[in-house]
Amino acid sequence: MYSQGLIGADSSSEETPEFLAKFQERIDREEKIEPNDPMPSGYRKTLVRQIGQHAHSEIVGMLPEGNWITRAPTLRRKVALLAKVQDEGGHGLYLYSAAETLGVTRKKMTEELLSGKAKYSSIFNYPTPTWADMGAIGWLVDGAAIMNQIPLCRCSFGPYARAMVRVCKEESFHQRQGYEIMVSLAHGTPEQKEMAQDALNRWWWPSIMMFGPHDTDSTNSDQSMAWKIKRFTNDELRQKFIDATIPQAEYLGLTVPDPDLKWNPDKNDCKGGYDFGPIDWDEFWTVVKGGGKMNVDRITARQKAWDDGEWVRDAALAHAKKQSKINAKTTLAAE
Amino acid sequence: MTSPVLFETLLRLADDHLILGHRLSEWCGHAPMLEEDLAMPNIALDLIGQSRALYAYAAEVEGKGQSEDDLAFLRLEKDYHNILMVERPNGDFGHTMLRQFLFSSFMALFWDRAQNSTDETLAGIAGKAIKESLYHIRHSAEWVIRLGDGTDESHNRMVAANTALAPYIGELFETDDVTNTAIASGIIPRASDLRSAWETQVQTVFEQATLTPTLDHLAQTGGRIGEHTEDMGFLLAQLQFMQRTYPNMTW
Amino acid sequence: MSDQNEIPLWEVFIRPRNGLAHRHCGSLHAVDATMALNAARDVYTRRGEGQSVWVVPSAQITASDPLEKGENFEPSETKIYRHPTFYEVPEEVGHM
Repeated sequence: MYSQGLIGADSSSEETPEFLAKFQERIDREEKIEPNDPMPSGYRKTLVRQIGQHAHSEIVGMLPEGNWITRAPTLRRKVALLAKVQDEGGHGLYLYSAAETLGVTRKKMTEELLSGKAKYSSIFNYPTPTWADMGAIGWLVDGAAIMNQIPLCRCSFGPYARAMVRVCKEESFHQRQGYEIMVSLAHGTPEQKEMAQDALNRWWWPSIMMFGPHDTDSTNSDQSMAWKIKRFTNDELRQKFIDATIPQAEYLGLTVPDPDLKWNPDKNDCKGGYDFGPIDWDEFWTVVKGGGKMNVDRITARQKAWDDGEWVRDAALAHAKKQSKINAKTTLAAE
Repeated sequence: MTSPVLFETLLRLADDHLILGHRLSEWCGHAPMLEEDLAMPNIALDLIGQSRALYAYAAEVEGKGQSEDDLAFLRLEKDYHNILMVERPNGDFGHTMLRQFLFSSFMALFWDRAQNSTDETLAGIAGKAIKESLYHIRHSAEWVIRLGDGTDESHNRMVAANTALAPYIGELFETDDVTNTAIASGIIPRASDLRSAWETQVQTVFEQATLTPTLDHLAQTGGRIGEHTEDMGFLLAQLQFMQRTYPNMTW
Repeated sequence: MSDQNEIPLWEVFIRPRNGLAHRHCGSLHAVDATMALNAARDVYTRRGEGQSVWVVPSAQITASDPLEKGENFEPSETKIYRHPTFYEVPEEVGHM
């Protein structure tokens, strides 16, 4: 899943201009930067924050969809949804793993998520009141994430790029599954079609907002682009997503809730694209700052899992310690 | 071998696996560590997958044109014939792992014998399921050991889990007219034949876990004839919600 | 409060089929080797991606220093992740 335009990144560095220039040369040659390579502290800090946000998004993202596993309408949908949510956990794990190569531990990242210091994609602060939301999320939210994740497969930092390759391989099933649900509903009974339209109405604008603020309002994007941590701008990706998705909505026979949506043949260097209406940035910032319907619930759920699991983690560590003492004694005795 | 007996036999197995898989899936997103948020869904997917094969075959045997979903979602509570152990709430992680260990230890022995079932389809299902059960045992046993022989708190929780689960073990080994007929026809193994091997497996793991198997307990019963605990109603309310609210639709 | 000790990090290597070499595919946290191996199967072979799985505690891997040049007569060894977390500081020394 995607973390929109890196909130609050600090890309300042303390290194010499020579060092920074040499580093930039490597980037410009499309060389991959690996964990033990010298790197500007700003590069490292930006990556830790970006990969961390991305990982947290996957983990928190398990909750809105996990909400429907026990109520999935058929066995086939049940196992598909369970597998999808499990994949998201796996993606989080790959990403935490990539972040750890930069020296931040998973425990620290978990603490920062729970304290609110670290952010996650605010799309997951929206509720999933109906089964159709499972379709809408797979179709739109995963769709938006894929737009961002494919370019990240070519990001300059090796572990992040490799994690993204793994993620992208698994992601295609997610969007297909979601869209297939939408097709079933949209081409089903009137109640099912209404359920699908209602879900589209609620998820369209938040999905558009996933790409983050307009380029003109994006801080730190330039440095991220220069360092090839970000390969396309927010608006570029957003446009690409909308242009790809409108025909999909048309196939469904559903109405995208944007009265200003209009085909513009001059867009995209005259290849054509859709003009779209104004985004409600008040809603975006309200949700980012904690005012969405489910912000508190998401963190409460993650905090509970962490707290309830403490005795388990403690026990496992205690057992491992006991075992290594026994093994040490055995080795000594054998010598 | 009358079809109603085969049908009932398959249904019981299918219900055990669906209900347990459903319970396990409740952990997704809430596990003690991320690695377990992947491991438990793996087990749940195996169990639900096995239930699908069993429901599909049961529907075929029944011969009334029902689908796996008709059987899984549209029966009344009294017509679900799973053992009570699988419908109980998950409890803490220790309770969940112990339940899995006790159940999967039994199922591995069951599936192993069932590979020689006179019913070819069930034998095929068993051949696939045995491999998965062995994985389930390995995963859950490692946790039972670490939690049993971990900290004082984890040990106490495992003792409590064992006490809570003990009354539900008996049902694994129950027999009635249905099982006796199915056994006589070579469809399924006799559960009591598996008891000694099961107890040995449990004892081996319990020793490493510094736990004591419970010998004396009042065995709960009733699942096989659809007499459930109060938890089943709430479980079915979730499971059946979409099918009941929006009847006769394609999803 | 569990945490003088964190659950250790392990690196995972998978050989997808015989004839190929093991490849590094990422890391995970586990308290001991058995749990690490189990977790590696769950995380990295869910789609039948691996035959043989190796897990190694990250702290036990020795890496070459990327700054090392051919002419350098003093080869240096390092940990795989150069940043401070992966070095153990004796407890007596306190926060560093």
